[in-house]
Amino acid sequence: MKIKKNIAVSESGFVFDPSTGESFSLNQVGLELVELLKQGEDFDAIKKEILEKYDVDEISFEKYYYDFINSLNQNQLLED
Amino acid sequence: MNKTKITLAATGLNNTDNPGPGIPVIRAIRESKMFDVRVIGLAYETLEPGIYMKDLVDKVYMVPYPSEGSGALIERIAYINSIENINVLIPNFDAELYTFMKSASTLEKIGIHTFLPTIEQFEERHKANLPEFGKKYNLKVPKSISLLKHSEIGEIRKEFEYPVMVKGKFYDAYVAYNEEQVRMHFNKISAKWGFPVIVQEFVKGTEVNVVALGDGKGNTIGAVPMRKQYITDKGKAWGGVTLDAPDMLKLTYHIIKSTRWRGGMELELIRTNNNDLYLIEINPRIPAWVYLAVGSGQNLPEALLKLALGQEVKPFEKFDVGKIFIRYSYDMIIDWNDFEKISTLGEI
Repeated sequence: MKIKKNIAVSESGFVFDPSTGESFSLNQVGLELVELLKQGEDFDAIKKEILEKYDVDEISFEKYYYDFINSLNQNQLLED
Repeated sequence: MNKTKITLAATGLNNTDNPGPGIPVIRAIRESKMFDVRVIGLAYETLEPGIYMKDLVDKVYMVPYPSEGSGALIERIAYINSIENINVLIPNFDAELYTFMKSASTLEKIGIHTFLPTIEQFEERHKANLPEFGKKYNLKVPKSISLLKHSEIGEIRKEFEYPVMVKGKFYDAYVAYNEEQVRMHFNKISAKWGFPVIVQEFVKGTEVNVVALGDGKGNTIGAVPMRKQYITDKGKAWGGVTLDAPDMLKLTYHIIKSTRWRGGMELELIRTNNNDLYLIEINPRIPAWVYLAVGSGQNLPEALLKLALGQEVKPFEKFDVGKIFIRYSYDMIIDWNDFEKISTLGEI
C-alpha cells in the first residue's frame, strides 16, 4: 500500500493532490497513518506503532485502518 | 534593460461574471520586463468594465460587432491605427476570430501584427467537427452530432443515451436529461448563436483544462494544466489550481505538434474515473484564466506578443504546481462624463 509520491502533506494535516487538484483535511491519527505510509511502513509496523501509542484494541484498529485505506483509495491517493 | 515600446490593441474587455480574456492578457503583458506597452482597448459594449480600468488600458475605442460585416470592423481598426500606430492586435473572442484571421494580411499591410490560428486549424477544431478531429489526430472525443433543424431533435434518442450535452457553436453548454430539455436548450442556443446546435455524448468525470501556446511549427511554447475549483452558474471558473498532470501535457504537445497549432488555445478535457482524457473542446484563443499561467511562471500572453512580432521564443520548461487563482468582483466608480464620452464619441 503506497501513498502517491507527489502528494503534499502539511504539518497541520492538510493534503494536496497535485495531479487532481483535490485537497483533504486529516485529523492527528490520519496524519500519522499517512506519514507512516509515506515512509513505506507496512501494515504490521503501522499496527505496532499505533497500538503502542494509543488505547485501541487490535480488532478495532484493523477495522479503522482498512476503512481509512479504503477512503484513501476512493480519493485516488494510493498508487497501484 | 531598456524596454521596447510597442502599442498593443486587445478586445475582450468584458471582465464580467462571464469574462473575456482581454484584461488578464493586458495585465500579463503590462508585467513584461521586455516591453513598455501602450494599450488600446477595443470594446463592443459601453459597459465592458475594462474600458474604465485606466491603470491597465490607455485608450479605448468602440468597434462594431463582426456580425455587422467584417468590412466595417476592419475599416474602424484601420482608422484607429491611423491615430495609434498599433503594432500587435490580440483578439480575444471566438466570434470575432474568423474576421481577424481572414483579414490578417490586410492588417499586416497597415503594420498590425497578429498571431492567430490558420483558417484550416480554426475550422477543423469546431465543436461540430470534433468527431472527425478526434479520428484524424487519434484523440478520445465524445460522440456528437450537429442539429440544423428542430425536427432533427427526435433523432437524438437513436444515437445517444440521456443525459446529453447541448452546445452552441461558440459558447454555452447545457446538460439535458430528456428530449423536452433538449428542445428548450436548442431554442435558446440557436436564437443566440445560430446554427448548428451541437449535441454531445455526456462524458462522466472531472473537467480539467489546459492553456497552451503553439508556435505554428509544431512546438509548444508553454502549457499549464488546471482544474476548476469553483464554477459559476454559467460554468465559468471562479477559482482553479494548477496541476501536476504529465498526461494532460503529453496530450497538449500531441495536439499542437500534429495540428501545428498557431497561437493561444484552451483545451477542455474530461478525466474519467479510468483516468482517460476526453477532448471536449478546443477554444482557439487564450482563456480568461490565463493569468494563473502567468502567476505560475509562464507569461503566455507576453510570449504570444513576441511571436506576433516575429521574435524567437524559447519554450517554457516548467511552472509551479498548486498555484491557485480566485476571482473577485469589485465595484469601480466612474464619472458620468466617461460613460458619456464612450457612448457618444466612441472613444475615451
